[in-house]
Amino acid sequence: MAASISLHLIGSAQLAARARVATSESRLVRWTLIFVAFLFLVFFLFMPLAIVFTSALSKGLSTYFAAFREPDALSAIRLTLLAAGIAVPLNLIFGIAASWAIAKFDFLGKSLLVTLIDLPFSVSPVVSGLIYVLLFGLQGLLGPWLAAHDIKIIFAVPGIVLATIFVTFPFVARELIPLIQAQGIEEEEAALTLGASGWQTFWRVTLPNIKWGLLYGVILCNARAMGEFGAVSVVSGHIRGRTNTMPLHIEILYNEYQFQAAFAVASLLALLALVTLIAKSAVEWKAKQENSQPHGRDLTPDHQGFLL
Amino acid sequence: MSIEVSKVSKRFGTFNALSNINLEIPSGELVALLGPSGSGKTTLLRIIAGLEFADTGHVSFDGADITEQSARERRVGFVFQHYALFRHMNVFENIAFGLRVRPRQFRPAEAAIRSKVHELLRLIQLENLAQRYPSQLSGGQRQRVALARALAVEPSVLLLDEPFGSLDAKVRQELRRWLRQLHDEIHITSVFVTHDQEEALEVADQVVVMNQGRIEQIGSPDDVYNHPASPFVYNFLGNVNLFHGRMDEGQPVIHGKATGQVVYVRPHLLEIDREPNGGSHFRAHIKHINAAGPLVKVDVITEWGDPVHIQVSQERYRALQLIKDDAVYVIPKDVRVFETRRAS
Amino acid sequence: MTFKQRSILPGFGLTLGFTLTYLSLIVLIPLSATFLKASSLSWAAFWHIVTSPRALASYRLTFGASLIAALINLFFGMLLAWVLVRYNFPGKKIFDSMVDLPFALPTAVAGIALTTIYSTHGWVGRYLDSIGIKAAYSPLGVVIALTFIGLPFVVRTVQPVLEDLDKEMEEAAASLGANRWQTFSRVILPSVAPAALTGFTMAFARAIGEYGSVVFISGNMPMKTEITPLLIITKLEQYDYAGATAIAVVMLVFSFTMLLAINLLQKWSSRHHHSGGTPEVVEGEALHAPVYAEA
Repeated sequence: MAASISLHLIGSAQLAARARVATSESRLVRWTLIFVAFLFLVFFLFMPLAIVFTSALSKGLSTYFAAFREPDALSAIRLTLLAAGIAVPLNLIFGIAASWAIAKFDFLGKSLLVTLIDLPFSVSPVVSGLIYVLLFGLQGLLGPWLAAHDIKIIFAVPGIVLATIFVTFPFVARELIPLIQAQGIEEEEAALTLGASGWQTFWRVTLPNIKWGLLYGVILCNARAMGEFGAVSVVSGHIRGRTNTMPLHIEILYNEYQFQAAFAVASLLALLALVTLIAKSAVEWKAKQENSQPHGRDLTPDHQGFLL
Repeated sequence: MSIEVSKVSKRFGTFNALSNINLEIPSGELVALLGPSGSGKTTLLRIIAGLEFADTGHVSFDGADITEQSARERRVGFVFQHYALFRHMNVFENIAFGLRVRPRQFRPAEAAIRSKVHELLRLIQLENLAQRYPSQLSGGQRQRVALARALAVEPSVLLLDEPFGSLDAKVRQELRRWLRQLHDEIHITSVFVTHDQEEALEVADQVVVMNQGRIEQIGSPDDVYNHPASPFVYNFLGNVNLFHGRMDEGQPVIHGKATGQVVYVRPHLLEIDREPNGGSHFRAHIKHINAAGPLVKVDVITEWGDPVHIQVSQERYRALQLIKDDAVYVIPKDVRVFETRRAS
Repeated sequence: MTFKQRSILPGFGLTLGFTLTYLSLIVLIPLSATFLKASSLSWAAFWHIVTSPRALASYRLTFGASLIAALINLFFGMLLAWVLVRYNFPGKKIFDSMVDLPFALPTAVAGIALTTIYSTHGWVGRYLDSIGIKAAYSPLGVVIALTFIGLPFVVRTVQPVLEDLDKEMEEAAASLGANRWQTFSRVILPSVAPAALTGFTMAFARAIGEYGSVVFISGNMPMKTEITPLLIITKLEQYDYAGATAIAVVMLVFSFTMLLAINLLQKWSSRHHHSGGTPEVVEGEALHAPVYAEA
């Protein structure tokens, strides 16, 4: 009798110990996994980032800044800002319109529309550029007509803007659709019953609710717009000082063995990437903070009885 | 303002949400739309508000057809089940919203808006929480803010969708008494949706009982409770025992054989006695007694083997000295008889 | 069913109209122009171009390197997601946000940076060279670049699933006597598999189309280290529009197939993920059930 009881006790003690071990790994396994993950990130993320800045600064600060005083570099920066300055606002307006129609209403063919909006993400950048060449280029469908009217799209700024719009097309819409869907339409209904017009409802109720998602989408859209290489490369024609964006300018410098200058310009884009990541983290943090507070649907009990 | 709903039907896909609803709500009344889920009560409320559109039929306010008017034009105050407070605005701005979005020529001056909002904050007793955000309020407080927001635009009718649905039991009780009192003060035509029969009977002037997209009965709480028009209403408005039986010279007779008629009796309308004191009665033995609460709940088994719930007063329970397994007589005091066909 | 349910919210016509117009102008019309252009080729000519030895070599490299890179990312992506969700260590926040770097860093910048590191005199390349491995200007370089650009996908699809994973499930497995490895392989792994597969497919699809980061490191030798997108550019530069279009059509068809596959995977994955989710809110509960006394 006594023996069987003590056996039981040992058995359950062992089980408890095993359960504790079984929901986490030993220190050794834990730190090995962390170390392997760390190594992977070092080789694939931190080193590329580090080499951009060390190469850019390899000949000192004055040479570094000299790379930006070059007229070709300046015009590349200007063109990059212009392309992003047109593409981002247009895709922002599109994103808002598309997400309003898709998230607030039910209609036939809605999921097909969502898939079509995602399309530019799955097309190779090179093909994205090519489709405009095939439409607007000299050999393209509209080429002869455009040439007759002396309109230049391919190997000119409009082509670069179009290609940039195409590759950044889905960013804002994609960010907003699930967000607006999750928010439902009750607040908008409330605003309308209180006499607000459609615009007032949008500006005062919908927009404040989606502002972080919107900002997030714009940040990602902008990063891609400024950094796009493949699509822009196809339509640009690489005319120095005229149709070169920053990434294209980097390519030219690199191919001419001006490594330091290439990395100097690259460091600007790398800084933009870092700012993007920081902004993204900040927006995520902010949105999480606002969402972690209980709102409407939570059933916080009212302990504060009120007297009449 | 009175509300008239005539011949309203609404389908969602193949589901008949409302079939041919006719309803008149006199000005200044507080009316409950009562029914189980899927009975169409919320759909009807949203159609009155202009948030949903009927497939056929008309809605009028004070005799004027408003079927084609948008929610914005109808000037209704709508309180949403989950309040739908604007989460990025504080309590003050939530209440002021309806005044601020008016076209410029009708918009009150800032000072007028402030005094109006403060007056409403006093009414809902949240004067010191004006700067709080919805997420910082309890459920009951949010509910009151939602109500104040709806009242700020001086609506012609007030519509509330399950106003107490997501509150805990104690707050519910307080809030519904408060709503009744508020209505007695401001006398605005009000319609609220609920699935809780107690709530409807306690708060409303008129109760509209709905089931499967139809209105089963319209009447005062006393009417629908004591004179239910259908088996559904009888069932829905409280506990009930169902028996086979028949009417015999105006007297209901309860027995174990199926006869095509069903006798409905509420638990407190069954009397227990040691002797058969004339009239209709049947024999049973006690299976379980629960004496906690204002009424004593006694479960008995009839002589033909069916379980029956009975409620007796504490005095009666003590006078009879009931204990488990006692053989007793059960005497129905008031019953309703419906055909089986209708009862199913 | 009618085209659209009547709704009280305004703006449907305006927003949908704008959406469709913009979508057509920017995406649909240019894309169909490509297919229109391709249709001017005869089937035999088309087939000849897309199955030429140089094109076939480029497919082999593109698909092979993309597949290897996606597999590397599948393994390390799960490892990273696991480490980021389950363990605490200094610098975790920075690690977490750095995972998105390949999304944010322009591909040309990544391309020249990776080339510099992995070339014969680079930080890593010189050590690889000393043991006889040539990283840059070889198929291995292509794999390295494609691993870089596909890195975030698996991490970002698996991470939320791991975060939501019910700890009690693991405790249940442990209390039933499973050791840690059994718990991982039989309980955790099946739960994250759909998400991991989605991430893998996304990384693969992205790698197939990648151009910017690869052209610098690959060396671009026809038949050896020439990826398909580069072949399109080469043909364009030689004014061979028909050739470029034909190969672009092959890539587009593949893109659409992958898009479809990813959509289906995501549907499957979210269904799998939410199978034990919260029950629907019921409008009201059943009232006291009546006692039906029936003989």
